[in-house]
Amino acid sequence: MAIFDDELIKLKEKILEMGALVENSIKDSIKSLIEKDNELAKEVIQRDHIVNAFDVEIDEECIRLIAQRQPKAGDLRFIVTAMKIINDMERMGDLAANIAERALELNKEPNIKPYIDIPRMRDIAHGMTRDALDAFVNKDKRLAMDVIMRDDEIDDLKHAVISELLYLMLEDPNIICRAMRITFIAQYLERFADHATNIAEMVIYLVEGKIIRHTTMPE
Amino acid sequence: MVNENKKAEVKNLNFYYGSNLTLKNVNLSIIEKKVTALIGPSGCGKTTFLRCFNRMHDLYPHNRYEGEIILLPENVNIISSAIDPIEVRMRISMVFQKPNPFPKTIFENVAYGMRVRGINNKSILYETVEKSLRSAALWDEVKDRIDKPAFDLSGGQQQRLCIARALATTPEILLFDEPTSALDPIATSKIEELIVELKNEVTIIIVTHNMQQAARVSEHTAFMYIGEIIEYGKTDRIFTTPSEKLTEDYITGRFG
Repeated sequence: MAIFDDELIKLKEKILEMGALVENSIKDSIKSLIEKDNELAKEVIQRDHIVNAFDVEIDEECIRLIAQRQPKAGDLRFIVTAMKIINDMERMGDLAANIAERALELNKEPNIKPYIDIPRMRDIAHGMTRDALDAFVNKDKRLAMDVIMRDDEIDDLKHAVISELLYLMLEDPNIICRAMRITFIAQYLERFADHATNIAEMVIYLVEGKIIRHTTMPE
Repeated sequence: MVNENKKAEVKNLNFYYGSNLTLKNVNLSIIEKKVTALIGPSGCGKTTFLRCFNRMHDLYPHNRYEGEIILLPENVNIISSAIDPIEVRMRISMVFQKPNPFPKTIFENVAYGMRVRGINNKSILYETVEKSLRSAALWDEVKDRIDKPAFDLSGGQQQRLCIARALATTPEILLFDEPTSALDPIATSKIEELIVELKNEVTIIIVTHNMQQAARVSEHTAFMYIGEIIEYGKTDRIFTTPSEKLTEDYITGRFG
């Protein structure tokens, strides 16, 4: 059993490594936009390949553990959770890369206006991801619930960003291209946070065995 | 447990080997025509518990039961000394860890319980033997040689023969004590499929060390530890989200 315990610890470490990459990518992608740092944007796009490699590697490891160890109870829930959340993290890596791609496009032109709400969205998305992963490591149901609650904040901010951009586009059609790209970025950030929410929901499953997806709000 | 009938109700059961209290205040409902698995580490009392159901302990002196095992719907306490253990064993049969056919022919092995009951009518015997062998998924393999010695059969076939022998008295409950631990994986899966089929006709209680087996064949699982039932519930819940730490530790192999 000690061998299996070691394997589970290594699995968890790999998931956290993957999570750290994704956390950094979301920060760096927005940084590359705000600081017009094209090198950093390219790095984020490159980093996505590493995230994808983790996705495959962890998936294979989970499949092997299921076949060889026939996990049960808490072990089973851990491995099921692992397989689900790496799927979310892989998508988060894609979204960070998408932001970096839009940053490369936007960086060629002057800003429409200073970025205010986008860094706020980034902070929320990043905080949710960090806390969802902490909740996963510590099996912290309370923190996971807190992450789930925060999803509304980022949704509200996204709507605020889009309304503002719409208003600016109506005033000046010349900025439509740029405004659309920023709209996409707001959308990517909101999606990114959705995946963090999925991770937090899986933490509830990990701890309690309850699947709370698609329920309005757990008690 | 709505819409599920109870076949037996164990109430405050204590069991003593001499002065040694081996089962401590066991309470459990056995659901009719379902498979209940008893799991737990060696020495936890699961086999002792299983043996109470057909009064196996009566075969040795100084063993003592307290409490009740109520067979339903008749509401009879089968461990009461007023009840004849032979009659209990007709209604509650047991299949053991190692196949233990009698040194007789295949036919006579299955017919044995009926002969004990005084049934000697050839056509009834033949009919019941065939039916039992069919139920035990053995008929096609032995129909041309039912007058051959039972020991000619393979281990897996011998175990199915023992199941046929147990079924011949049309028991209401069938007890399995680690029925596949002496069998290879193919014979094991045959027995497991058989158990799943048999529950359409009979209530089953199975003791197993193989947790995968408990997960595969049973609807309900009871986890026992040092003579007590620690946790009882639907098998899928026990194997995904047990509520007791002891259960979790045992089924994930982290005991002690």
